[in-house]
Amino acid sequence: MTPPNTAEPAVQVADLSVDLGGRLVLRGVDLQIRRGEVVAVLGTNGSGKSTLIRTIVGLLPAARGEVNLFGTPVRRFRQWNRIGYVPQRITAAGGVPATVAEVVSSGLLSKRRLFRPLKTAERAAVDEALEIVDMAGQRKDGVAELSGGQQQRVLIARALVSDPELLILDEPTAGVDLASQGIFAGAIRERVARGTTVVMVSHDLGPMDALIDRSIVLRRGRIVYDGAPHASQTHAHVHPHGSIQDEPGWLS
Amino acid sequence: MTMFELEFMQRALIAGLLTGLSAPAIGTYLVQRRLSLMGDGIGHIAITGVALGLLTGTAPVLTAVLVAIAGATAIELVRARGKASGDVALALLFYGGIAGGVLLIGLAGQGAATLNTYLFGSLTTVSPSDLYVVVGLAVAVLVVAIGLGPQLFAVCQDEEFARVTGLRVQLLNLLIAVMAAVTVTVAMRTVGLLLVSALMVVPVATAQQFTRSFRSTFLTACALGVTACLAGIITSYNANVAPGATIVVLALAGFVVAAIAGTLVRRRRGVLAPLPDEEPEIGVPVPAPHVVSSAHQHAHDPKCGHPAVEHGDHVDYVHDGHLHAAHGDHWDEH
Repeated sequence: MTPPNTAEPAVQVADLSVDLGGRLVLRGVDLQIRRGEVVAVLGTNGSGKSTLIRTIVGLLPAARGEVNLFGTPVRRFRQWNRIGYVPQRITAAGGVPATVAEVVSSGLLSKRRLFRPLKTAERAAVDEALEIVDMAGQRKDGVAELSGGQQQRVLIARALVSDPELLILDEPTAGVDLASQGIFAGAIRERVARGTTVVMVSHDLGPMDALIDRSIVLRRGRIVYDGAPHASQTHAHVHPHGSIQDEPGWLS
Repeated sequence: MTMFELEFMQRALIAGLLTGLSAPAIGTYLVQRRLSLMGDGIGHIAITGVALGLLTGTAPVLTAVLVAIAGATAIELVRARGKASGDVALALLFYGGIAGGVLLIGLAGQGAATLNTYLFGSLTTVSPSDLYVVVGLAVAVLVVAIGLGPQLFAVCQDEEFARVTGLRVQLLNLLIAVMAAVTVTVAMRTVGLLLVSALMVVPVATAQQFTRSFRSTFLTACALGVTACLAGIITSYNANVAPGATIVVLALAGFVVAAIAGTLVRRRRGVLAPLPDEEPEIGVPVPAPHVVSSAHQHAHDPKCGHPAVEHGDHVDYVHDGHLHAAHGDHWDEH
């Protein structure tokens, strides 16, 4: 295993600007996330935090600048099994019923070949991921019948099932009850202990707060704070127009 | 001579069997993506294809499948580029397809009777060469719908997640659109172009009344589709009516029965097993009983001499070995 400081950073964002329908949502963002870091992206609604995350995983195109995942530009990045993504959403249900296990096993598709049935080891991975989010007893339940917090837990399990090196979560705790938030925090803590890099967007970190070792505050599409987590929250709330950090991509 | 010995009936039944399997198979993905009416739009476009075939003297099945694929691709591209929302894109092609079809059929000098056999299906018109095309197309649709099931499921369930998991989402979406177009052509001879969408959607809706998983919905829908198709064709032969209408009426009757039965079953299950308390309540403080300190004349303040103790959001004062807290105009025992 290579020591983390010589490896390529998990995420490298350089001078990133993103244009959504003619409006510049991100302006010149520089950010470097090293392997093993647990980073929270904070900011008010419309500050660009979800846009940043969605551009990092390649869902939105960059108007200017560049995003690299593990040293590869995101447009050419193909090792998607190294990434676990939890999109921001209200429900995990589609127009047809689907069970918890079915939704979670779609997290394995980055590793599966076409026209092959699920292998025994993959079934075991699904069970294990459900165990982590405390949903093992509900693997055969329809996702549409679950509560919002349980559905969000299913989406976390779907991201964890491929054993990713980089976990990206967009508002994982929005509208989720405290019990589920506690279970998330446990699942994330267990991943962090294994060296997984975590990036999460949140309004309110809740029980995840203790896990964060760096936070980034966005305001109107720019990074206005990048550093130790607790200072950032005071900073974000008390001095909204405070000084910008000296060096972009500042490492904690 | 029974109807099963008639060659045209044998062909019609084989075509019906394959239609009954492939229409709900692709329909499950369309319903999951909430594009239930896509089959209808493609059916309308295929009318233009049929008319083109009649006008040029080529096999209508062939021209229909080509035009339907082109139309389905157009719907998908318009939707993906975000130029118009899915339903508007469907509507545009809907009207264009049916108007173009009627126009071209008029030019070809064919009457309403010919058009009707394509719109609502016809038992006697499945020619042996049609049958080969139908078998080939239906098998292709089934192989893709089952073999690429996990990938198609992921794309229909959550497109963004599918992209981040590395699936070629645009290609798979296009594949679904093309399969829907092919299925429409497969079903053209038995159910007809105007009613094919019902066979894609109704069995799925019926299956959902009882199923919880995607896989069981898929399989049940296919079984229901086959049942409706075969029963519809046999009824159509006996009653001498268009098979499309019989098949769809039977499928809808199945839905009504299933919806009623499903409601009863769920109600019964609900009575037997009431919903358990979903989540343990964690972190919700239990309200303390409100005990008012009787006839307490003394007003505590930081300087009164009684030790002050911080207690959550307020301050208690130690008074003769117990705690007093301000509450409006009186003091509570804490």
